[in-house]
Amino acid sequence: MNDFLLSVEGLTVSFDGFRAVDDLSFYLDRNEIRVIIGPNGAGKTTVLDLICGRTKATSGSVSFEGRELTKMKEHEIVRAGVGRKFQTPSIYEDLTVFENLEISFPRGRSVFGALSFKRDSVVRERVEQIARDIFLDAHLDEYAEYLSHGQKQWLEIGMLLIQDPALLMLDEPVAGMSVSERKKTAELLHRIIQHRSVLVIEHDMGFVEDIAHKVTVLHQGRVISEGSIEHVKSDPKVVEVYLGH
Amino acid sequence: MTFLNRKDILWLTVLAILLLAVFPLALDAFRLNLVGKYLTYGFVVLGLVLCWGDAGILSLGQGVFFGLGGYCMAMFLKLEASTPEATKIQSTPGIPDFMDWNQITSLPWFWQPFHSLVFTILAVPLVPMLLALVVGLAMFTRRVGGTYFAIITQAVAAILTILIIGQQGYTGGVNGITDLRTLLGWDIRPDHAKIVLYFVNAGLLLGCVLLAQFVRRSKLGRILVAMRDKEDRVRFSGYDVAHFKVFVFCFAAAVAGIGGAMFTLQVGFMSPSFVGIVPSIEMVIYCAVGGRTSLLGAIYGALIVCWARTSFSEAAPQAWLLAMGSLFILVVVAFPNGLAGVYRQYVEPLVDRLMPKPMGRAPAPASAEPARIIEQGAGQ
Repeated sequence: MNDFLLSVEGLTVSFDGFRAVDDLSFYLDRNEIRVIIGPNGAGKTTVLDLICGRTKATSGSVSFEGRELTKMKEHEIVRAGVGRKFQTPSIYEDLTVFENLEISFPRGRSVFGALSFKRDSVVRERVEQIARDIFLDAHLDEYAEYLSHGQKQWLEIGMLLIQDPALLMLDEPVAGMSVSERKKTAELLHRIIQHRSVLVIEHDMGFVEDIAHKVTVLHQGRVISEGSIEHVKSDPKVVEVYLGH
Repeated sequence: MTFLNRKDILWLTVLAILLLAVFPLALDAFRLNLVGKYLTYGFVVLGLVLCWGDAGILSLGQGVFFGLGGYCMAMFLKLEASTPEATKIQSTPGIPDFMDWNQITSLPWFWQPFHSLVFTILAVPLVPMLLALVVGLAMFTRRVGGTYFAIITQAVAAILTILIIGQQGYTGGVNGITDLRTLLGWDIRPDHAKIVLYFVNAGLLLGCVLLAQFVRRSKLGRILVAMRDKEDRVRFSGYDVAHFKVFVFCFAAAVAGIGGAMFTLQVGFMSPSFVGIVPSIEMVIYCAVGGRTSLLGAIYGALIVCWARTSFSEAAPQAWLLAMGSLFILVVVAFPNGLAGVYRQYVEPLVDRLMPKPMGRAPAPASAEPARIIEQGAGQ
């Protein structure tokens, strides 16, 4: 038994014989920011899909706080404390920022719980607090579709934060963001890291250097290098398949 | 009444006055009975608004639930009409006439409980709901959705129609269950009874509107809209999406069943022609014409299309189907949000200006849908 928050061991998934993730193992510490990098098609997003239950593993195990995630349904994994942000902002455009955050608040998740859900001061204060964290406190009553791309990304991060997950998985959180938005996002991530671990997929090397504690490099579904950012950057294999281009 | 805002109350009052005062005063008993019949489809479209408009689940089989509710009521009324005295010329007195014609000599087991009015009243929403539960669980837990789900519901409608027509001895076959007379000894056929039934129907419909509005304004209502938008996001926010879909499908089925029972009472018979694919699609058209994201819009849609149908069929029976088809195409192309969309675009800004503003309420955007109305003071 180890005290890693997340242990991925021998994880494999094949689609019609193609092994998108091939015998992958890595371990994530508590309060660690880990960035996964790698060329297109390396299987980065698939790894997140496997952890959060969106894709079922062919073999291998994903153990989170001692619980085996590969046998759980998506919503059970979420309730166990794993939050997932998608690559393109995945928010409810027809609802307001407040309602987006409120739906994500971890209470009243059953049908009848949702029917009897009350918007009380606890909910309201938590939503407002999260909205301040994600720089959207002035936009609570706006419909999410009118937000800018960067704001939508923050909103989705906020929707995860309100669930207070022990593990936060972010798929390209700064893609398409302006320089100033990127800086704010890095600041946001540093702030929310306190009591949780974060697993990030990112291409932007400047951003990676800014936030990563450790970097895992994937290529064709396998780990080819792992370690500090300096270690990975000087690894000839990484330079060849990824950084060199 | 936190689930109703001032505009809701205004328009609900307008509908109530129309149904409970204007129609009864302006129309003769025959026309009023027709309006009552149209309003029974109002129950179905309420369910469609939640199911299709909010949650994005298109069911082309709502006639099934309407029909099941209607048949439950028809079975009770038929048993009451089939006393041994009234049926003494049959070879087996005391069973419905069509059973006797089909050489059935004793009342089938599933007809037995329909001797009880209490059982019947419970069965009217519960039988449709049970079928919706079975179909819903089978489909939604396997993540069958969209067009596939719509096709399955059509298949269910086709199967039920074939079953009813085929099992003539148990169901009355293609003729349906006819010659219904009394409800606990109270004759439902004369004009004054029809007027009473009209008011019961209108009252029940208004009650169901309130219930549907309560569901829509709860967090569950917002989750339905969220599911329509980004199903995966809802799932990855810790919700079991299938449960919510099953709930809304069952809700729609239950209210449709109530509509069917009121149809039977007011029209005096029930037949497979109200169950199958064509009536089910017509119900979707009522909803689309009225506006699939507005409860009241959909009810007006049902009223207007049914009224047009009656007037057209009186003048040019053959042209009706063409006219209805053209109407549907016109609505889909020109007014995708139906009458409610037209109202929101042109009339609502006017209403907003005329209504005195309460404190601290920001004006809603012009394209606002009901699900989008922010509760007062939220997040301030």
